[in-house]
Amino acid sequence: MAKPNDLVQGTLDLLILKTVSLEPKHGWAIAKRIQQISGEVLQVQQGSLYPALHRLEQKAWIKAKWAETETGRQAKFYSLTAAGRAQLEKEAANWNRLSAAINLVVETT
Amino acid sequence: MLWARRLWLRLQTLFRRNRIAQRLDVEIQFHLEQQIAENIATGMSREEARYAALRTFGNPTVLKEETRDTWGWLRLEQMGQDLRYAFRTLRKSAGFTATAILTLALGIGANTAIFQLLDAVRLRSLPVSTPQSLALVQIKGGNQGFGISNREISLTYPLFEQLRAHQEVFSGVFAWSGGDEVAVGEGSQQRGARALWLTGNTFAVLGLPPIRGRLFTDEDDRPDCGISGVVISYGFWQSEFGGRDSAIGSKLLIQGHPAEVLGVTPPDFFGLEVGNNFDVAEPFCSVTAFQPAASVLARRDLFWLTVMGRLKPGWTTEQASLQLDAISPGLFEATEPSGYSTKSQNTYRASRLAAYPAANGLSDLRKTYDASLLLLLGITGLVLLIACANLANLMLVRASTREREMAVRLACGASRWRLVRQLLAEGLLLASGGALLGLYLARVFGRSILWLLSTERNVLELDLALDWRVLFFTTSIAVTTCLVFGLVPAFRWSRAEPGDALKSGSRSVTTGLERFSFQRVLVISQIAVSVVLLVGALLFVRSFRNLTTFHPGFREKDILLAFINLEPMHLADAEQYPAVIRDLLTQIRSLPGVESAGTSTHVPLDGSSWTLGLQIDGREGWSKFTWVSPGYFETMQIALLAGRNFNDRDTQVSPHVAMVNEAFAQKYLGGAIPIGKTFRSVVEPGYPSTEYQIVGVVRNTKYAGLREETPPESFGAASQFPAFGPRVSVFLRSSSPPSIVFPALRTKLNEVNPEIRSDFRVFRKDIENRIVRERMMALLSGFFGALAGLLTMIGLYGAISYIVVTRRNEIGVRMALGASRGNIVAMVLGQTVVLLALGTVLGVALALAAARGAGALLFGLQPNDPLSLIGASVLLIAVALIASFLPAQRASQVDPMVALRYE
Repeated sequence: MAKPNDLVQGTLDLLILKTVSLEPKHGWAIAKRIQQISGEVLQVQQGSLYPALHRLEQKAWIKAKWAETETGRQAKFYSLTAAGRAQLEKEAANWNRLSAAINLVVETT
Repeated sequence: MLWARRLWLRLQTLFRRNRIAQRLDVEIQFHLEQQIAENIATGMSREEARYAALRTFGNPTVLKEETRDTWGWLRLEQMGQDLRYAFRTLRKSAGFTATAILTLALGIGANTAIFQLLDAVRLRSLPVSTPQSLALVQIKGGNQGFGISNREISLTYPLFEQLRAHQEVFSGVFAWSGGDEVAVGEGSQQRGARALWLTGNTFAVLGLPPIRGRLFTDEDDRPDCGISGVVISYGFWQSEFGGRDSAIGSKLLIQGHPAEVLGVTPPDFFGLEVGNNFDVAEPFCSVTAFQPAASVLARRDLFWLTVMGRLKPGWTTEQASLQLDAISPGLFEATEPSGYSTKSQNTYRASRLAAYPAANGLSDLRKTYDASLLLLLGITGLVLLIACANLANLMLVRASTREREMAVRLACGASRWRLVRQLLAEGLLLASGGALLGLYLARVFGRSILWLLSTERNVLELDLALDWRVLFFTTSIAVTTCLVFGLVPAFRWSRAEPGDALKSGSRSVTTGLERFSFQRVLVISQIAVSVVLLVGALLFVRSFRNLTTFHPGFREKDILLAFINLEPMHLADAEQYPAVIRDLLTQIRSLPGVESAGTSTHVPLDGSSWTLGLQIDGREGWSKFTWVSPGYFETMQIALLAGRNFNDRDTQVSPHVAMVNEAFAQKYLGGAIPIGKTFRSVVEPGYPSTEYQIVGVVRNTKYAGLREETPPESFGAASQFPAFGPRVSVFLRSSSPPSIVFPALRTKLNEVNPEIRSDFRVFRKDIENRIVRERMMALLSGFFGALAGLLTMIGLYGAISYIVVTRRNEIGVRMALGASRGNIVAMVLGQTVVLLALGTVLGVALALAAARGAGALLFGLQPNDPLSLIGASVLLIAVALIASFLPAQRASQVDPMVALRYE
């Protein structure tokens, strides 16, 4: 299995950070959420979420906590740290600039 | 504090790895179950739901691996795996592992030990400040046998004083004399200590600080200072005072004189002569207090000081020598001894002083053992070479048997780099095992060699600190060998396609020669080097045997020596000593078990020498001079060739008579029977010029050492010895063992006077102790030769076994076609013979070239001694044939059907 390329990886980070910025979520919920919000356009292979989550955790952008779900099972809930919030803003700004630039190019030609 | 948090997280992934991995499992399990539950809710069956969940998730194992990757430490984790796996594989092939580790350890250990010894004896600088500016001052070309010298570099005290007063090249000159033994303590507590006499400024010029108390200064070295204080060595401080501070200021009884302990020298200061340590140091001015009779400081014919100086900044020893040369005439003129012949006096006045670098200190050991140690280093180097070749061979053989394993692992998807790492890990484990054992062996070897070189009377003390540089050097060579040859197969097979490797594992009927031609080269060079080492071993063993069985002209067996000092009898008149000695000799002869006894002024083979000039038939000449009593030649069983022996009618007042040896007769009288001829000795202080009539001729005997040619020697009658005194050496031949004769002898001496001092020795043992170097070379080269043979045997066994394995199919075919077992054995042995022939021829050629360097160390045989060359070759050929016979035998046991079917 090939690793996601840099663009996808960077984007995945942004998506994860954005998704957990509102409230703590566990891995499956994050995957579901990304799928739902994007109107099923972004089909993230669910498993590849975990290397990304652990990488972000190692960078201390998100933190994890084991807690009970509504069904009473133990699950790992991820939430945003202060450093993560700053990173999210930076990456969101980057994304906006990039997508605006691409839009501009696509629409003017 | 982001970095701190990251560090914390990272450390957790290292130390709580298993727990985190477990939690990852739980996390992913939870995810999958959530998805399955959702899928079931959409109406799938349980089975379907599970597959769908796995499809959307991806391969959990791979993803887990990827996740673990983000925790970092992956390398470390895999290294751990590699090492664990390597350990298991090595444990499974214990024979290979043990051989490889032992091979490595022997190579590393032997080299480290020998180098340490070499370093301790000749390379290490004196442990003083800036040893490079120290210079040794000695007479250029030695003192030409003038006067009495303890060695040729020594100066007299008056000469040293002159030098100190007139020299301008040194910021300080100092002198010392060591080797004397003094009695320390009193009564039954008395024991010997090694004394070092030195000038008061010695420690200051050396720049040596005391570790306790203070060291001598010029103030301590005033004329006639008596016995004021003593400086002790660190070792003596530890053994005598337990290293207590209270030692400083306490009194130490030296030869019965109380001396205050002033200070202790640093632990690494062993004295100024390597291998010649000291216990107590005294200033020269105290000498007179110990030896009131003779003022040795004033004697101009007693060469007993070693002199060193510290060069002024900017001066070299060459410049210093020029300066010393310029002032030499004045110095020698001012210190000229009297009473010698004009010729000797002229020689003395013409002497010149010169300076030599002395940064490494002085060492008789260095002179004696330099060549031997260098040669041993060469030998151990060759052993290391063989060890490495052997290791390479072993690794190759082993790798080839794992061909299929490697292929399988490649086929299962292992990366090539992972395979390489696996082999690296194995090499590393072997290497570290070998290095550790080598470290231990180095200590054992070092201690054994010191023990070999020590004799009862001269225990060698050297600081054999473990030398990390050497250990590092030898270890890295061995480790590199291990790794490089461990990897060769990895690269070979990682390049090949796994499929090919799997197929070629055993299918090929014959294997191309080039596959193991490298191994052949290894085996041939191993054989060649082994031949060299075996030749060396045989040469030294035979040389040692020649020395021990050599007939020196007398029979040293059953001879006992008694050194007797009558001084404590305090006879009023020195003239009385000869009579006392004559009586003593008569009494000794009457002891039970003593067959005969006689005295001599010279102990053969002890390295000492006494020469007098002489005039014979109007010619000038020289001869060794020894005075012996009647009974001496009988005791030593030296054959009388013509004339008569000394007898009791040769007295102080009768005409002076002499006996000469064959060499004397040959040199001065053209071999004619010289009975009745006369010669005259040249005057020396204490030895007036005397006319001797030759009354007898005796067979040649070795004089100072076993190795030298017999010099012309004249014997005078002990009763006519001009320099008689209270000391005498008695030679006695005894049929009883020393354990009976020595006590009886002592009892007899006690009857005469219990104060008489005595020292008894077994002559033969003394002679053997003088050939310790030869004994060491024989033992060590023998050991290393045997080791080389053994290693070669192992290497050859491995190589032939490998060749046999690769030719199994071929052998099967041959046997199926009717080859007998004998044919197969002959075929396999045939391969060995080719390797052997090449290796032996190469080895003999190398040995011939190498042995020339060892010529000086040999005795009684030439470096190209044919017996040694043939012996070594035959020995090695025999060993090699045995080593290859086993695999050949095994090959012939192969069942053709099994061999042909074998996949």
